Amino acid sequence: MSAAADKPRLSRAHVLDLLKQMIRIRRFEDKCAELYTREKIRGFLHLYDGEEAVAVGVIPVLEKRDRVVATYREHGHALVRGVPMTAVLAEMYGRLEGCSRGRGGSMHLFDHASNFYGGNAIVGGGLPLAAGLALADRMRGEPVVTACFFGEGAVAEGEFHESLNLAALWGLPVLFVCENNLYAMGTALALSESETDIQRKAACYRIQAEAVDGMDVVAVEAAGRRAVHAVRETGKPYFLECRTYRLRAHSMFDAQLYRDKAEVEAWRLKEPIVRFQGWLEANRMIHADDLVRIEAEIAAEIAEAVAFAESGTWEPLDQLTRFTYADKAA
Amino acid sequence: MATAQAKAQTIEITYREAVREAIRDALKRDDRVFLMGEDVGRYGGCYAVSKGLLAEFGPERIRDTPLSESGFTGAGIGAAMAGMRPIVELMTVNFSLLALDQILNTAATVRHMSGNQFGAPVVIRMATGAGRQLAAQHSHSLEGWYAHIPGIKVLAPATLDDARGMLWTALQDPDPVLIFENVMLYNMTGKLAADAGPVDIDKAVVRRAGKDISLVTYGGSLWKTLQAADALAAEGIDAEVIDLRSLRPLDDATVMASVSKTRRAVIVDEGWRTGSLAAEICTRIVEQAFWELDAPVGRVCSEEVPIPYPRHLEEAAIPQAPKIIAAAKAALGRA
Ligand SMILES: Cc1ncc(C[n+]2csc(CCOP(=O)(O)OP(=O)(O)O)c2C)c(N)n1
Repeated sequence: MSAAADKPRLSRAHVLDLLKQMIRIRRFEDKCAELYTREKIRGFLHLYDGEEAVAVGVIPVLEKRDRVVATYREHGHALVRGVPMTAVLAEMYGRLEGCSRGRGGSMHLFDHASNFYGGNAIVGGGLPLAAGLALADRMRGEPVVTACFFGEGAVAEGEFHESLNLAALWGLPVLFVCENNLYAMGTALALSESETDIQRKAACYRIQAEAVDGMDVVAVEAAGRRAVHAVRETGKPYFLECRTYRLRAHSMFDAQLYRDKAEVEAWRLKEPIVRFQGWLEANRMIHADDLVRIEAEIAAEIAEAVAFAESGTWEPLDQLTRFTYADKAA
Repeated sequence: MATAQAKAQTIEITYREAVREAIRDALKRDDRVFLMGEDVGRYGGCYAVSKGLLAEFGPERIRDTPLSESGFTGAGIGAAMAGMRPIVELMTVNFSLLALDQILNTAATVRHMSGNQFGAPVVIRMATGAGRQLAAQHSHSLEGWYAHIPGIKVLAPATLDDARGMLWTALQDPDPVLIFENVMLYNMTGKLAADAGPVDIDKAVVRRAGKDISLVTYGGSLWKTLQAADALAAEGIDAEVIDLRSLRPLDDATVMASVSKTRRAVIVDEGWRTGSLAAEICTRIVEQAFWELDAPVGRVCSEEVPIPYPRHLEEAAIPQAPKIIAAAKAALGRA
């Protein structure tokens, strides 16, 4: 790939797609929140509101053969990676037709077809896994990139440090993407890290790192392109810190006692969809009917997903313990 | 299972060498297999199991890791999910606790949680058990904890045949398999068939047939139990000794067949008594063979203390032949 490949191609079709992907996640999750209050979705539900530019900027830059490891806040990642919305929502309903047979729920979306390795609800737990996926690719000499998403809260975990060290030491093709939304549940970054400039931590492991405005989808995409390109070219890890903000509660059980409403409101003004849409309008790259069309397409997709999830079936009880181990070969 | 004696050609070998041969054989047979762990390469393994393998297979496949139990165990799990067949060595079960997150929360859950889309065919080997005066942070027997976990299989090779043969079968398994090697067995010497190969990993085996009482055990305690059985024989008590071999799944059928025949059972387990694997086996006997029993089921387990350093205390803390003999006699009303 040439350096030109690293530059975002801001064709009209491309920018409309970026915008659509972000709106798609937002509208889908708004629906999820509603379905949660109607008790269609239960358990923990972690929304990505405000952070959409990260998944939308980075994941489409990956190739089909690449791998994705995500956290419990991964609806957006799954959708952008190509897991059908129908299967994602059915999973959140706990239906057999869900992308994990309904056994994982919101936090454990898996999809073999798109190399989507979950949906990990152990903070930091996905990082060693990503290192291992990349180790397999490295040992086989395959130019595959493993993108590993995690929050800044994971940075305090030992598994973060162990994995960065392993990836650097062994030259593993992992793109570490830290989604720094400033809070780990109710704990602000400054209350949990002695060094709050997260990307500097990668430097200790001699991993190339950069921080990017995670509310700017174009900037994230450009950085994502640089990063993926670097990993594929060098076979070495790369660290991308995306500075963003979670506009909603941590999960549906969060009274948000730890931050001011004013702070959230201030960030609302900087949120990635409004910002990108405004920029597109100012530059006359989007028309009013584009938005109408995008919204209509998304509404139809969501309606279809709801219908699919609603009409889904329950795993028969006699299958409860099946797949704890592989079925015995016939 | 064929016994070594039944084969024509036998070699004199230690348990340690049998494990090494198993690893070497697996590395030769399957390109996807590699060994990773702390000091497995240049140092030769903390119990010298992998000595010489680095020179033979190189640093990619005999992969020294940093002191990052969670990191490299997770990496082994990830590599397995991506199609490799890693053998992860953890120095001891005490240190495996730093990798427990990856073993339990990833390896054991991923198949079920992903609706059978992903599995983790990794083998994780580690040393277990007391007897080398290594005190309270190197000597525990926590295999019973691991046997609690659905989604993994847990093996305890006690014989040379099993040390040599379980690994390959474990590597063929589509799910994670943990292999516990009792530290007191590494120096054990014996004869092994020159062409010894893979063995099954799901059946318990009667190591000594008898009719008066069933002594159910595994791992390092097998040899003490056989010793006890010999001593009991001298007193006219004919004990049957069962080697569980697999701690998860447990082979209930073999245990119940034996207990139904002898009508008495003592379980010998180097884990602590409370909440132990022995408790589980006892419960299963009570659930499945209660009406066959002529006496309460007995247990010989470790004392409820961290394993102490001085030899006399360490010996007193774990199962020994005299305790097994006493428990067997008590079950027979001959105390
Ligand atoms: C090992 C572990 N400890 C604690 C938790 C509970 N927990 C769930 S999410 C979370 C906050 C994580 O914050 P961060 O990594 O920044 O990600 P974010 O939720 O902000 O996306 C905590 C503490 C957990 N799931 N796993």
